[in-house]
Amino acid sequence: MSSTGQPALERTEVAPPARPPHSHRDVGGRIFASTASAAGTMILVTLAAVAVFLVVRAWPAMTATPQELTEGIQWFPERTTLLGFIGPMLFGTVLAAVIALVIAVPLSIGIALFISHYAPRRAVPALGYLVDLLAAIPSVVYGLWGVAWLAPRLLPVWQWLAEHLGFIPLFSGPAGDPPRVIMTVGVVLAVMILPIITAVAREVFLQTPRLHEEAALALGATRWEMIRMAVLPFGRSGLVSAAMLGLGRALGETMAVLMILSPGFTYSFALLRAGRHQTIAADIANQFPEANPLGVSALIAAGLALFVITLVVNMAARWVVARRSEYSGAN
Amino acid sequence: MAVLEQSTAVHRPTTRELLTQGDVRRKLTNRVMTGVVGLAFLIALIPLVSLSWTVVGKGVERLTPYFLSVSMRGVFGGMDAGGIYHAILGTLLITGVAAVISVPIGLMTAIYLVEYGRGPLARSVTFFVDVMTGIPSIVAGLFAYALFAVFFGPGVRFGVVGSVALSVLMIPIVVRSCEEMLRLVPNELREAAYALGVPKWLAILKVVVRTALAGIVTGIMLAVARVIGETAPLLVTVGVIDSINTNVFEGRMMTLPVYVYRQYYQGLVSCPEGATDCIPTINIDRAWAAALTLILIVMLLNLIARLITRYFAPRTRH
Repeated sequence: MSSTGQPALERTEVAPPARPPHSHRDVGGRIFASTASAAGTMILVTLAAVAVFLVVRAWPAMTATPQELTEGIQWFPERTTLLGFIGPMLFGTVLAAVIALVIAVPLSIGIALFISHYAPRRAVPALGYLVDLLAAIPSVVYGLWGVAWLAPRLLPVWQWLAEHLGFIPLFSGPAGDPPRVIMTVGVVLAVMILPIITAVAREVFLQTPRLHEEAALALGATRWEMIRMAVLPFGRSGLVSAAMLGLGRALGETMAVLMILSPGFTYSFALLRAGRHQTIAADIANQFPEANPLGVSALIAAGLALFVITLVVNMAARWVVARRSEYSGAN
Repeated sequence: MAVLEQSTAVHRPTTRELLTQGDVRRKLTNRVMTGVVGLAFLIALIPLVSLSWTVVGKGVERLTPYFLSVSMRGVFGGMDAGGIYHAILGTLLITGVAAVISVPIGLMTAIYLVEYGRGPLARSVTFFVDVMTGIPSIVAGLFAYALFAVFFGPGVRFGVVGSVALSVLMIPIVVRSCEEMLRLVPNELREAAYALGVPKWLAILKVVVRTALAGIVTGIMLAVARVIGETAPLLVTVGVIDSINTNVFEGRMMTLPVYVYRQYYQGLVSCPEGATDCIPTINIDRAWAAALTLILIVMLLNLIARLITRYFAPRTRH
């Protein structure tokens, strides 16, 4: 994400040598130029095609009556509309992503600050690379690790929370054992979105005007005060977009959720109970291979909902980044 | 410092008090926050270390030449047999086709953005490339399925469908990295080429792209490394199979990430009592070994990409 927020390199426009229009080399030039813009247009077409094809395939389920859905799809909850089917999963998706965000954002800010303002300059690339390694690990491996390594270690923590803080509805017990609960999923998702949030936050922190930092230090601020007065305010909008990018990732994550969570379809805030939540992506991956045509259609409708939400979140994040780079272009 | 302290001590004792005592709380906060920030970094290392440790520890035992060279055909129950040859083959083929689709589109889009792009089209392409990086992988899989289902009817499952799904995820990454590399090419090189009478498109191909080639190749390798571990889109578009299939245009294929999930999903085997050739945890063991292979492939790609940058970095001076 090193391009984020950075103003494009300014370049003076150079006119290519003028050639007579009938020169045959110009034909090559025109073909090349139109191929390039066709490729660019292709991106827009693809994105539009994603939306169109999903709508087309989801249409049978969107227009079916609840009765048809229940009769046509084996695993469809009885007497519910399509929205009643997608709703709880949407809730679960957002809930898991929000847990991940609550854990990952403060941690990422700490890591990014460590890399940008605490670690010795020479170690910065190596440390950044270490964090980026987390992004290179396939999500299915995160799933395995979450089940085999993390979950058993989190179990006592969740049990303690349920026992002592159980009066808070969020932690009401009994904690699921094995802890295939949404809280565990949230922790794994947090690890998975750490790299992207950290990368953007680091980039933003490194852009803090040197003069602001030096001014703060010259006024007698300690390093932490300098960070609070100069670095964090400068990076606020960048942090917002970093968090939203992380949110987008967490919303769409499939395998780790599928492998860890024991699914259920309720609107429940009990984060430590098993069999209460499910996310859209995990449910699609779970049901799709065995689904009949109407079932596929219902799942694609759920996928469409997921697509729209991530699209909105990502567009908002990019919009914030773009606005920010306009303002900070002078730095 | 000593001089300063002395002079303040002589002339204004209260200032000294201010400087030494008033700061205690601020200094403490500073120290605590330094600790907190360092701790955050250490916490980030926990998953990295424990994950590598677990995967290597659990996977290395089963990762033998035999495991790499056989498929799962005819393997059942708790048999101490079977491997990932078919899955590796499938992963390489499907990812390869995805790269063949994504690289031309991605590179040309980057060239368009850097060399030609002006006005609203270029701005919207830049914006939507960014948005496209955020498409959930499972949605990319659903899209590829929906696209091919139009032509081949419902229930379509073959390699290229998965490749298309992966390219939806890969194209924006390729565009981003190629764009960055092309922007690094000094403008003087373009000007020199134009001054020699080279038309723009040839200057781009022979000068700009060639200068940035190492960076572009690196970017492509990293993009491949990113999508090679994708599971969900392949699960819905390519399906699973136990035997070798090298035809990406027909029939289901196994891929390494899906293999990991599949083996994990099958779980423990219930062995008959007293059976000597039955391992209850065989499926999980295979999952770990395959996960280790997958991580090694990803790391290898990352390493090659880094080496390319190091040894073939653009030399602008000759």
